[in-house]
Amino acid sequence: MNIVVFIKQTFDTEAKIVLDASGKIDANGVNLIINPYDEYAIEEGIRLKEKHGGEVTVVSMGGSRAQEAVRTALAMGADKGVLVSDPGLENTDEFGRAQILAKVVADIPHDIILAGRIAIDDGASQIAVRLAEALSIPSVSSVIKLEVAGTQATATREIDGGTELIEVSFPAVFTAQKGLNDPRYPSVAGIMKAKKKPLKSLTLADLGFGAGDLKMVINQYSLPTPRKAGRKIDGEPAQAASELAKLLREEAKVL
Amino acid sequence: MAKGIMIIVEQRNLQIRKVSLELLSEARKIADQTGESVVAVVLGQGIDELAPTLAASGADKVIVIDDAKLAEYSTGAYTSVLNKIIRKEEPQAVLLGNTAAGKDLAPRLAQRLGVGLASDCTGMEIDSANFLTFKRPIYAGKAFAHLTSNVRPIMATIRPNTFPVTPPDAARQAEVVKEVADIDAADLTAILKEVAVAASKRPELTEANIIVSGGRGMKGPENYSILEDLADVIGAAVGASRAAVDSGWKEHKYQVGQTGKTVAPTLYIACGISGAIQHLAGMGSSKFIVAINKDPEANIFNVADYGIVGDLFEIVPLLTEEFKKLVNE
Ligand SMILES: Cc1cc2nc3c(=O)[nH]c(=O)nc-3n(C[C@H](O)[C@H](O)[C@H](O)COP(=O)(O)OP(=O)(O)OC[C@H]3O[C@@H](n4cnc5c(N)ncnc54)[C@H](O)[C@@H]3O)c2cc1C
Ligand SMILES: Cc1cc2nc3c(=O)[nH]c(=O)nc-3n(C[C@H](O)[C@H](O)[C@H](O)COP(=O)(O)OP(=O)(O)OC[C@H]3O[C@@H](n4cnc5c(N)ncnc54)[C@H](O)[C@@H]3O)c2cc1C
Repeated sequence: MNIVVFIKQTFDTEAKIVLDASGKIDANGVNLIINPYDEYAIEEGIRLKEKHGGEVTVVSMGGSRAQEAVRTALAMGADKGVLVSDPGLENTDEFGRAQILAKVVADIPHDIILAGRIAIDDGASQIAVRLAEALSIPSVSSVIKLEVAGTQATATREIDGGTELIEVSFPAVFTAQKGLNDPRYPSVAGIMKAKKKPLKSLTLADLGFGAGDLKMVINQYSLPTPRKAGRKIDGEPAQAASELAKLLREEAKVL
Repeated sequence: MAKGIMIIVEQRNLQIRKVSLELLSEARKIADQTGESVVAVVLGQGIDELAPTLAASGADKVIVIDDAKLAEYSTGAYTSVLNKIIRKEEPQAVLLGNTAAGKDLAPRLAQRLGVGLASDCTGMEIDSANFLTFKRPIYAGKAFAHLTSNVRPIMATIRPNTFPVTPPDAARQAEVVKEVADIDAADLTAILKEVAVAASKRPELTEANIIVSGGRGMKGPENYSILEDLADVIGAAVGASRAAVDSGWKEHKYQVGQTGKTVAPTLYIACGISGAIQHLAGMGSSKFIVAINKDPEANIFNVADYGIVGDLFEIVPLLTEEFKKLVNE
């Protein structure tokens, strides 16, 4: 079974966001991690390989630092890595990125493609589904359980207020939601082995892409107005509770 | 000529999702300024009776696609049908709710149409050229991107609770058009075997007007009953911090935060939650925040509009009684 896992390197969740002189998100000095949902995707890929045999290829697109993310996935147990890195990636939107990733995956044998449910930075939740469409294959979003038999999978996916059970034939894309599994930590032996695993670097020219075909335009970035600390309500518990109820009704007018 | 703002309406068992009504209400306001029309598209089975409601909520035209194959949401069938409807209608904009179905459908539809998509938006405006522009949180609400598109239609999914619902006007009429469901066989490769929706008397977390949330300070799963009692008096949903979820007290679907649900209720009541950056990312855009915490230094007080320093096990039941009094007034 051939498994491809898409991973994105994102800002650490602790990161404070500031804008640089040109008004863009400043990545300087920010600690980078593997997008948390992609860890579930990597883990699921490795487990499927352990159970059914085959190979796990990890694909990431990003700056040169994204190599660390790919190496970590290799240390967890993935077999091969592909890194798409190119200055031209700046200024590509979700449409273009999905086209690029679809091109990458077209050259790798694939039965199952795994990705995260959402990247916690741009948080668009678009890439994996767009990629499936670009490849003309089905996708199942927000998967919390994946069972594979032969060339078919049964996936349990989260919907608002419940779950759905969906059956698909391969090849298919699945996006991982928390609950799918508990990702392993790379072992020391795994980290050593990862150094020798193949990691291929590709540019946009390698993939036959030229200048981007932008569908969206970002006019600007802004930061939220920080919330101010409000009022602390003092007094005995009973008094405070009564005062709070009164404020919610009369001042905030929310009850 | 591209025309109109199209709303893809979401319904389940003939219940129109609140977010769809929010979108109709806001689209109506914009259309009244730009002279555009509002088109509501609804898919399902046995859904004819929804058309008058959609007209009353702001639609000028309602397109009904009624078919057994559309009874439950599926990515393939819905994409197949909507792709054709959008190509035929050529709307300026296509809006969906950022719900489980909306998040799944919109990217696939956008890719098939070859257009851009602004996901999970919390703002929508028209610029001087009557172009729609969108505001969307990135980095879990720590920043915003303001974007638009030169390609038509511009697509967006809008976060529930972003816009108020205008009261329906029963006198409003709309043109109602029935279209057949033209589904390509290639789009029916994923088979829905089963839907399990847990019956809950409480609202869905992302759509709730009020959320009562409990963290590690709840001390155990059994104590959530005091939050549920409070929630039920005011029709609120119950949420949790990751610490509570990781402790196994609440399922992940209740988690609020950067790696859980992003919510924007009118009122968020945080009980025994310290206010970690990842939690604030998920609820920081709530209109009002109330914090109940025994630690006066807890970070949650830095964002709360109202705070009570004290033992939640004492305060919450008292608050429930106060709310009961208010509701009974
Ligand atoms: C007009 C415009 C200009 C932009 N310019 C830039 C820019 O200059 N620089 C920039 O960094 N971003 C830019 N972006 C944002 C960029 O398009 C998004 O980062 C990208 O589309 C990924 O979306 P996401 O992070 O929301 O991923 P999601 O769709 O939320 O991610 C879901 C899953 O897809 C997979 N995935 C997502 N991204 C990647 C990736 N890069 N590699 C491998 N797998 C991935 C992962 O499995 C992830 O969990 C721009 C966007 C727009 C609209
Ligand atoms: C990658 C990553 C993603 C994360 N994503 C999320 C996320 O999505 N959502 C999320 O919530 N967290 C998330 N976290 C975790 C986050 O960093 C915090 O650990 C978590 O939010 C803490 O939860 P808490 O406030 O319930 O617990 P604590 O920080 O332990 O706070 C408990 C609070 O309860 C108070 N308390 C205790 N007893 C009482 C009492 N009797 N009465 C009143 N108050 C009392 C205490 O004073 C304290 O302030 C994430 C972390 C990481 C690293």
